[in-house]
Amino acid sequence: MVATFEPKKTYKVIGTRPIRHDGYDKVTGRALYGADLKLPGQVWGAVLRSPYAHANITRMDTSEAEKYPGVLAVVTAKDMPKAESKMVDLGEGTVNEKHEVDRIMASDKIVFRGQPVAAVAAVDRNTAEEAVKLIRVEYQPLQPVLTVEEAMAKGAPIILPDLVGDDLGEKVKKTNMAKHFRHEFGDVEKGFSQAKHIVERTFKMSMTHQGYIEPHNAVAMWDEDNRLRIWTGTQGAFAVRKQMAGILKLDESRVKVTPMEIGGGFGGKIPVYLEPIAALLSKKCRRPVKLVMERKAVFESTGPAPGGTLRVKVGVDASGKITAAASDMKLEAGGFPGSAVGAAAMCIYSPYNIPNTTIDGWDIVVNKPKSAPYRAPGAPQAHFAMESVIDELCEKGGWDPIDFRLKNSAKEGTRRGDGVKFGSIGNVDVLKAASRSPHWKSVLNKDTTDGKKRGRGIASGYWFNIGLKSAVTLSANNDGTVSLVEGSTDIGGSRASIAMQAAEVLGIPALDVRPTVADTEGVAYNDVTGGSRTTYATGFAAYEAAIKMVEELKARAARIWNQDPSDILFKDGVFSAKKDSELRLNFKELSKKLGETGGPVTVTGSVDLSTGGGAYGAHIVDVEVDTETGKVEILRYTIVQDVGKAIHPSYVEGQMQGGVVQGIGWALNEEYFMTKEGTMANSSFLDYRMPTTLDLPKIETVIVEVFNPGHPFGVRGVGEVPIAPPIAAIGNALHDALGVRLVETPFKPGRIMEALEAQSKAAAVKPKR
Amino acid sequence: MPVVFLPFNLRKYAGGARQVVVTGKTLGELIAAMETLYPGMSAHLLEEGRLRPGLVAVCGTTETRQGLRQQLDEDTEVHFIQAISGGA
Repeated sequence: MVATFEPKKTYKVIGTRPIRHDGYDKVTGRALYGADLKLPGQVWGAVLRSPYAHANITRMDTSEAEKYPGVLAVVTAKDMPKAESKMVDLGEGTVNEKHEVDRIMASDKIVFRGQPVAAVAAVDRNTAEEAVKLIRVEYQPLQPVLTVEEAMAKGAPIILPDLVGDDLGEKVKKTNMAKHFRHEFGDVEKGFSQAKHIVERTFKMSMTHQGYIEPHNAVAMWDEDNRLRIWTGTQGAFAVRKQMAGILKLDESRVKVTPMEIGGGFGGKIPVYLEPIAALLSKKCRRPVKLVMERKAVFESTGPAPGGTLRVKVGVDASGKITAAASDMKLEAGGFPGSAVGAAAMCIYSPYNIPNTTIDGWDIVVNKPKSAPYRAPGAPQAHFAMESVIDELCEKGGWDPIDFRLKNSAKEGTRRGDGVKFGSIGNVDVLKAASRSPHWKSVLNKDTTDGKKRGRGIASGYWFNIGLKSAVTLSANNDGTVSLVEGSTDIGGSRASIAMQAAEVLGIPALDVRPTVADTEGVAYNDVTGGSRTTYATGFAAYEAAIKMVEELKARAARIWNQDPSDILFKDGVFSAKKDSELRLNFKELSKKLGETGGPVTVTGSVDLSTGGGAYGAHIVDVEVDTETGKVEILRYTIVQDVGKAIHPSYVEGQMQGGVVQGIGWALNEEYFMTKEGTMANSSFLDYRMPTTLDLPKIETVIVEVFNPGHPFGVRGVGEVPIAPPIAAIGNALHDALGVRLVETPFKPGRIMEALEAQSKAAAVKPKR
Repeated sequence: MPVVFLPFNLRKYAGGARQVVVTGKTLGELIAAMETLYPGMSAHLLEEGRLRPGLVAVCGTTETRQGLRQQLDEDTEVHFIQAISGGA
């Protein structure tokens, strides 16, 4: 049912490391980001946000702000088009339309601190920020609900009175549980009865933020002809168009979105936040309105990854075969439904072949910001729990952790936790490569003289990778270069990786393909840059377009040489005539002759693809712990990952290293530290501690290439799976170092010291033999 | 005939069966046949003549991109998975 490809032994462009097409603009600061934009007549907006995490809005008065000199427009929820409580696809998955509108601008109820309640447009930023303070809002504060346990407790305050929960297919009212689903295969009870070793643990995780450097931004111009233009830093211009059209009740064709350069997104720049507000302000004042979010608002009101509680139970027989696994995953959706618990369920058992499994997933509403995708959404949480339990089982059974994983490894045909069979996957190859790695073969010196303790950990991870829709346009230039127009925002070097796939087919250097990321009217529909899909799907579209271009150029060569097009050959960038070996033109030479052969040569490629080829990683980490302070140092880190085919190995390595670094931050430092009132107490980069280069060793990368038959060059998605194993790998290394199993993230110094204290108290009360 | 792996919440319509064998050369035909065999089930799968928003149909090992027109082989496995927003 799906086209399959065979691997090719040699490539001329694929697998090389050309400089990036956008490198000069980026390093000189000429690249234009959303905050750089300044349009004629542009004015500034400011947003008023709720100081409460849970409250009813009882009264609002905007009159003083409206009278303030320099103010051009004031908007509240009353200016938002009326939304119905129905499920709609707004380009980032399906959401309840009313919830989405309330998330952007609260109407009558506050469900997270920082939720917008009103906004002002004024002649300059200072005026807008002063004026917004004059808006008077009266709140009736309500008890905030901050954890899944609080939310599911009997008598818990109900956050969304209109929420109808789905409990295994039964509708539930007056609940904070948006969804409870179950996957069930085999006979779990029987499986556990066959086990010799059973480990069951409960894990807790805090919300963490994607931590992109560039804050959210938007410029909107809503003109008198009811056309809306948006400029924004986004992972998907078409997703923004779809969301804007849905929220503002406009035809999509009336919305034009220009994606600016993006300073990181990691999933968090798929939902819209400021764009609808800027649009409504612009509609009122008929000027371009610019909004740039301050960091505090980024933390308080834009999508973090969900925290929550996960319970995992795994049984293993005497031979080391896993017989059964059961898990409960309760993830925090934030103020509105929609956590990543569904994706977590797809990932949790994926490294293993387990005959008997159950997974129960809960999507729970709490008074925190609405969660958003964050790099392999749900996978780090799921793998932290599962891989920690696997580590404990290996210890109990005395099994080498890689041998154990190989013995139980998922292969082609194995069922995932949700029942779907795997196609071609590289799990075994990754584990074997990990076992051969210099890091795994090395001996960790645990002899320290300063009281510090060292340990080594390993963990596996999986991400399914998505495909979806992409389109690319190629145009031949008369100097032998090719213009490539794509709709995929370039976050991690995808201009290069997409251009290289076209160049490979065309037989020209990568830098002779000139990529441009277009607005929503400059290229056909493209889904978001996310789900590890861009190099896979948009690259596939570039391949399709390049194939068409070769065919068109063959026809042009045939016209020049007065040959039949079927008699034109193309190999290694050279066109030749089958019947006359003297007739040869390389790509550049032919390009110069196109003027009199039938006009410009332009072609398009478009695809709508299924999975991007599931990807696996195995991570090895050595840590050193100061047992007097609880500080953890990462001594050495190796990531082994199946990437299918590394189009540009440097960017693949960059993705692998970047995912690891974010995972290290999640493991050791990062958390939403909430007060009991529901305020994030560490909403700045000073207090929200992300790893810096000073905290990290060089992350060693081992690229494994197991060809993905669903892509012409064998590409798999690479960007997300590297964040899946680090938390568990570090937790396992800490256990190796300290002998304590940490079950709550982050593994911050205080938590480590508490665990060591508990360990020493337990040892003290243990009767001596 | 294709084998349909029923999501937990639909098993009640099929007497608790975890999987059912249903005729159908396309996904649309298969769902129509399921409705005949298990009345009420299709309301959970379709909305306005299409797969419900947020519902993913996996035919074989990959998510279909053809919707109800997806061709099915004799032994195709079909899974209906409830996608939850924020997970893609």
